[in-house]
Amino acid sequence: MGIHVSTKINGDDVEFVCDAEETLLDVLRDRLNLTGAKEGCATGDCGACSVTIDGRLTCSCLTLGAEVEGREIGTVEGVAKGNELHPIQQKILDNAALQCGVCTPGIVVAAKALLEKKPDPSEEEIRYWMAGNLCRCTGYDKIIRAIQDAAAEMRG
Amino acid sequence: MSKLIPDITKDKIAGGVYQNKLHDSGHKHVNGQAVYVDDIPEPHGMLHIYMGMSTVAHAKIKSMDLSEMRASEGVACVLTVEDIPGINDYSPVKGDDPIFAEGKVEFIGQPIFAVAADTIDLARAAAKKAVIEYEELPAILTIADAMEKGSYVSDPHVMARGDADGRIATAKHVIKNSVELGGQEQFYLEGMIAMSIPGEDDEVKVYSSTQHPSEVQHNVAKALAVPDHAVTIETRRLGGGFGGKESQPALMASVSALVAKATGRAAKLRLDRDDDMVMTGKRHDFHFEYEVGFNDDGLIEGVSMLHACRAGYSSDLTDAIADRAMFHCDNVYWLPNIKVESYRCKTNTVSNTAFRGFGGPQGVFLIERIIDEIAAKLDKDPLEVRQKNFYGVDDNNVTPYHMTVEDNVIHEIFEELEESSDYQKRRAEIREFNKHSKVLKKGIAMTPVKFGISFTTTFLNQAGALVHIYTDGSVKLNHGGIEMGQGLFTKVAQVVAEEFQIDIERVKITATDTSKVPNTSATAASSGSDMNGMAAQAAARTIKQRLTDFAATQFQASVEDVEWLPNRVRVGSEEIAFTDLVKQAYLNRISLSSTGYYATPKIHYDRENCKGRPFFYFSYGAAVTEVLVDTLTGENKITRVDILHDVGKSLNPTIDLGQVEGAYVQGAGWLTTEELWWDQTGRLRTHAPSTYKIPACSDRAEDMRISLWEKGKNAEETIYRSKAVGEPPLVLGISAFHAISDAIASVTDYEVYPALDAPATAERVLMAVDRTKKAAKS
Repeated sequence: MGIHVSTKINGDDVEFVCDAEETLLDVLRDRLNLTGAKEGCATGDCGACSVTIDGRLTCSCLTLGAEVEGREIGTVEGVAKGNELHPIQQKILDNAALQCGVCTPGIVVAAKALLEKKPDPSEEEIRYWMAGNLCRCTGYDKIIRAIQDAAAEMRG
Repeated sequence: MSKLIPDITKDKIAGGVYQNKLHDSGHKHVNGQAVYVDDIPEPHGMLHIYMGMSTVAHAKIKSMDLSEMRASEGVACVLTVEDIPGINDYSPVKGDDPIFAEGKVEFIGQPIFAVAADTIDLARAAAKKAVIEYEELPAILTIADAMEKGSYVSDPHVMARGDADGRIATAKHVIKNSVELGGQEQFYLEGMIAMSIPGEDDEVKVYSSTQHPSEVQHNVAKALAVPDHAVTIETRRLGGGFGGKESQPALMASVSALVAKATGRAAKLRLDRDDDMVMTGKRHDFHFEYEVGFNDDGLIEGVSMLHACRAGYSSDLTDAIADRAMFHCDNVYWLPNIKVESYRCKTNTVSNTAFRGFGGPQGVFLIERIIDEIAAKLDKDPLEVRQKNFYGVDDNNVTPYHMTVEDNVIHEIFEELEESSDYQKRRAEIREFNKHSKVLKKGIAMTPVKFGISFTTTFLNQAGALVHIYTDGSVKLNHGGIEMGQGLFTKVAQVVAEEFQIDIERVKITATDTSKVPNTSATAASSGSDMNGMAAQAAARTIKQRLTDFAATQFQASVEDVEWLPNRVRVGSEEIAFTDLVKQAYLNRISLSSTGYYATPKIHYDRENCKGRPFFYFSYGAAVTEVLVDTLTGENKITRVDILHDVGKSLNPTIDLGQVEGAYVQGAGWLTTEELWWDQTGRLRTHAPSTYKIPACSDRAEDMRISLWEKGKNAEETIYRSKAVGEPPLVLGISAFHAISDAIASVTDYEVYPALDAPATAERVLMAVDRTKKAAKS
């Protein structure tokens, strides 16, 4: 028996029907064709499936689809405004802070959540906030620089 | 529209070689729009496959009752060895990797059957209903056990030069010891996956996350008992490969293709993280023994090494990997009297496979350990002992496999980095700090790398490319290389843009596809841009020559008068836009399409006699790592890293810097936090990121100073004189390991050598602290 869920995703009203045991990640990817969030581990350890729920950074693999009734979800697909990239996206490109790209959507969502909470994070705060987003390619140096640059730009 | 009208007045094209062109798919990645296999819209009625795996390490299969599973909800198809029309094997070399177990199982995680259902949850639920009875057999789980029982996947191999034993016997100082070196999980963030779509007649198309589409094609065809031409493999990008997707993706592809052809429905096999880590191979772990004789200066007079690596239940690529470990037993050191014995142990564990460096890092690890221990024994700075033993530039420069090192630049790199990193001053300060700090100890180490570039299996050193120019002047590029994040597609597109002197936006890079470029080698051995760049260049030059000849004819000039300028061609005093030239050539019936081919020159190797030139050239680099160790808990962190690495004349410095940084961190992870742990029954207990710790953002050194060596220029004629970059800098992670050892040594005021095994986890560090303290007291 499917569960009917009404929610808001990236500002748009969205309704879907899902199974009780279906994760939000599977709903996004399989039912709504929002494949930016990836399954890296399915246990909440790698951050590749990062989304925000009511502004709070969350692993969508650990959240059930049925739980987001009435909530507001933010995914990587909603970070840019049309063709205009968010500063964190632009700085990731400028710093070449990506390689294979599977962690990148999660990094974008997590970094944006950090900067909304804390516009002027220290280098250490960035490192620990982002510790839940594993990247196997870059070594993180450029990712941290990108977040610092984006923070500076957003502060103006 | 601007992109459609190239600027024919500028001095320099956008995105040619040596430019910092960003990753071709970067824009898509930051928006979550880049499509990986699991993101491709699923065809209607697609089946999801789950693999039933062995739960014991070694056993005969007494009976299998799959009837309840077959009848389970949503199940469309169950496959076992009985259902394979062709050959039950997906191995890269030796025919010893069954797709499904046949009569016996040889490791925990070995596939026994596949069940395909409407959803993955239904397939998993069904798999639980399989009833398999085993008759357990004794299992060999460790290298030590295999060595004792003489259990190998292939014959031991020996490489020797000079009189190692004799020179050790007469040397003033001798060290005899052993060291353990752990394996490493690739942990590509995108797990193994293949999706197959059945075609008409015997055809099938497979979207595979693989570094080696041609080998996947051969294996799928072999399993289906169809010709290679019936099977098409397409791969746009990988979410990381690191060697793990070189040979073993053939399993996922074969099973999904078997299901697709058996049912007539599309079929996807995606391993979840835990199953991926249990079922697929890792970097080979090694047990090393060594005996070295040296003089008062630390100069090595003779050295004898024993390499014993864990192949797992089958060969996979073990022979080539163990050979590469032997080829790197010298690193940058002149070892006139050397003997290396190599054992490839067969165990009842998963079949180990390629991982960035392919045995090279393991080979270097041992000689660096030996040098470090020599320095400790003589109470010298290891840096001094390293330099003392370096290959000469013009003499003392022949490797143990009789290849002359013609491009040695390690002396210059080491000197530059020693100075730029302020090594000597910092080392003195660290020693002073340690005198006054009781619990927290600092350590520092500087290590070099020399890495041989080429597949050591000579025939693999070939590549193909396909270039089309359309009549609007836009270019389509295809080659046999795989984009796995390393920026290969960008680099090869830069080469094509440079050849045609057109902006890179005019070049479209397309998915690697066995129907476009056939018989390719794996994107591995760091050779991607070297080989595919040259093949693409050859294709572009063929068309360029035709266009040059055409322009000369058209303008009644000589070929020498045709000059290629940005987005245009000058013939004498006339200039014609590239797009116009192309259009005119088409109207005059000139072919605008060409293949290109490259075979790496100069290389050859006689394995039986261990003689030849297996490598086209060498890549060099060096790193200084500083660490802080808590000697009460064993916790440790890297605080500063300085790297100077030679990539020749960099095709793309931004991409190359990213490779160097990422490789170093991966190498440091291998030797510090990444621990694979099997229990006594042969079950891998670290099979998810919750227990297997790759470096996280919080582990990033606060101070990282990474530079490409400015003087770098490949002595050989490689693509625009660049050098390969993928694997060599991983070896620099060894400096982190020795820095930790240096910090531990300070506990006994550098009296007792910590003799650390790898990885240097917090537990191992703590044990080493205790051990050295006890040794110092006695």
